[in-house]
Amino acid sequence: MQWETVIGLEIHVQLATQSKIFSGASTAYGAAPNTQACNVDLGMPGVLPVLNQEAVRMAVKFGVAIGAQVAPRSVFARKNYFYPDLPKGYQISQMELPIVGTGALTIELENGESKVVGITRAHLEEDAGKSLHEDFHGMTGIDLNRAGTPLLEIVSEPDMRSAAEAVAYAKKIHALVRYIEICDGNMAEGSFRCDANVSVRPMGQKELGTRAELKNLNSFRFLEKAINLEVERQIDIIESGGRVVQETRLYDADRHETRSMRSKEEANDYRYFPDPDLLPVELDDAFIEEIKQTLPELPDEKRQRFESDYALSLQDAAVLTASRELADYYEAVVAAAQSDPKIAANWVLGELAAALNRDAVDISNSPVTAKLLAGLLQRIADQTISGKIAKQVFEAMWQGEGDADAVIEAKGLKQITDSSAIEKMVDEVVSNNPKQAEQYRSGKEKLFGFFVGQVMKQTRGKANPQQVNELLKKRLAQD
Amino acid sequence: MPLDHADVKKIAHLARLDLSDERMGGIATDLTNILELVEQLSAVDTEGVVPMAHPLQMAQRLRSDEVTETNCRELFQSIAPQTENGLYLVPKVIE
Repeated sequence: MQWETVIGLEIHVQLATQSKIFSGASTAYGAAPNTQACNVDLGMPGVLPVLNQEAVRMAVKFGVAIGAQVAPRSVFARKNYFYPDLPKGYQISQMELPIVGTGALTIELENGESKVVGITRAHLEEDAGKSLHEDFHGMTGIDLNRAGTPLLEIVSEPDMRSAAEAVAYAKKIHALVRYIEICDGNMAEGSFRCDANVSVRPMGQKELGTRAELKNLNSFRFLEKAINLEVERQIDIIESGGRVVQETRLYDADRHETRSMRSKEEANDYRYFPDPDLLPVELDDAFIEEIKQTLPELPDEKRQRFESDYALSLQDAAVLTASRELADYYEAVVAAAQSDPKIAANWVLGELAAALNRDAVDISNSPVTAKLLAGLLQRIADQTISGKIAKQVFEAMWQGEGDADAVIEAKGLKQITDSSAIEKMVDEVVSNNPKQAEQYRSGKEKLFGFFVGQVMKQTRGKANPQQVNELLKKRLAQD
Repeated sequence: MPLDHADVKKIAHLARLDLSDERMGGIATDLTNILELVEQLSAVDTEGVVPMAHPLQMAQRLRSDEVTETNCRELFQSIAPQTENGLYLVPKVIE
């Protein structure tokens, strides 16, 4: 039987506000436990929530960025459940009237095609605290610093058909929320969290299969692995005559398995009702329009501009625009070097990306700045050095040995372009290797590489390769 | 819509209320009476009426995004049954 995978994602985006969604406590990460939890966050009797304007602005910004309908009137509701990291006994969320309505996002797939993923809604809510299950004499420790941190929960349609599509969608949302500066995107700190609803159905069947909700997917890699694992699990169950149960499953990266969270099974009766402590949020067109004006160039627009202005492939343009920092870096290189945009792209995506990756350095802290890389590209363009030597220079710049000119000077890497000098060396090499010259002339053309190698060896790679090729061909054609 | 024992038991559990079996019957009757009272509203034609989210005809005021709270952990934890290393301790919750 052929099976089709159906995936929908719920992404929790932590909004980058200074203070909490309903209180004036700080949202800064990493503070000592419970030092940023005030009486509102603790659910003390008699306190009242007051909505943070910036959280509303950020939610609206996301809405206009995905072309969604921003609700002129939205309502907060109480989602009731008991858990020690939720002091009030309910989470303030939005149910029937979310702030952001239906929208869509286009993702690029590996085969070069693109696909539109529907976004059902996005709503504002407060985060819960953290439970620490390490051993406190058989008890659980509770840190409420995170309680009340503003979240935007973005719910997609079940439009994705593979783990790869789900990852492409999650990455696109991740890039977008960082572009529009509503979230720092730090997955390790929990600023960007994905839950995946996964089900399978026989190919061609219209109705959806029973889904499982996967939680604890705190990296794109885990998201992909967990979905693939879950799809296999569900197919195995059905093919061996069983039935998939609707449940929440936790991904365990260490054991590479998902397991049922039985504790949540009975609780799925949240008895939502409008929160009497909060009035409806009403937004007028002027407010929404004003926020629209603050939108920067979005990833898709930037990608298209990179494709047309710099004649880059869709693939290269997509990678370069995946983060705003990388895109800015690339544009700074192109502007400063006035070099071929394609060569600049190759360097940024090649040597630079490899070095950043190898040393786990963020682009904003790259020891080779855009200006330094531009300086190097200029020296390739004006033929001071060859592309091959340039890699050496890059490595030296990465190690902090100065700009391209300083490195070339210090290491004596300037390219030899003096024809007569190269000609002399070509002459020498051919004369010193009469046997190979003979074989070459009698048709063993592969030996040409040997001669190039000999000349390069003599010049320690500094001879201009085109000139070496030309002069060698000419010289070998003689006699 | 009359509520039976099972309904009341479920609602009580969701609200973490420990009700004795003796009280169950009385509460089921009381809750049923309340629901019947509210049910009278079903007779009203509400076609075209926007559901009310709040009895006040006002919109939510927004506050500016500023940190105004200071650390009052010691004060709050002075009334907590058990704390350690700045954490509130609660009976073990197992995932």
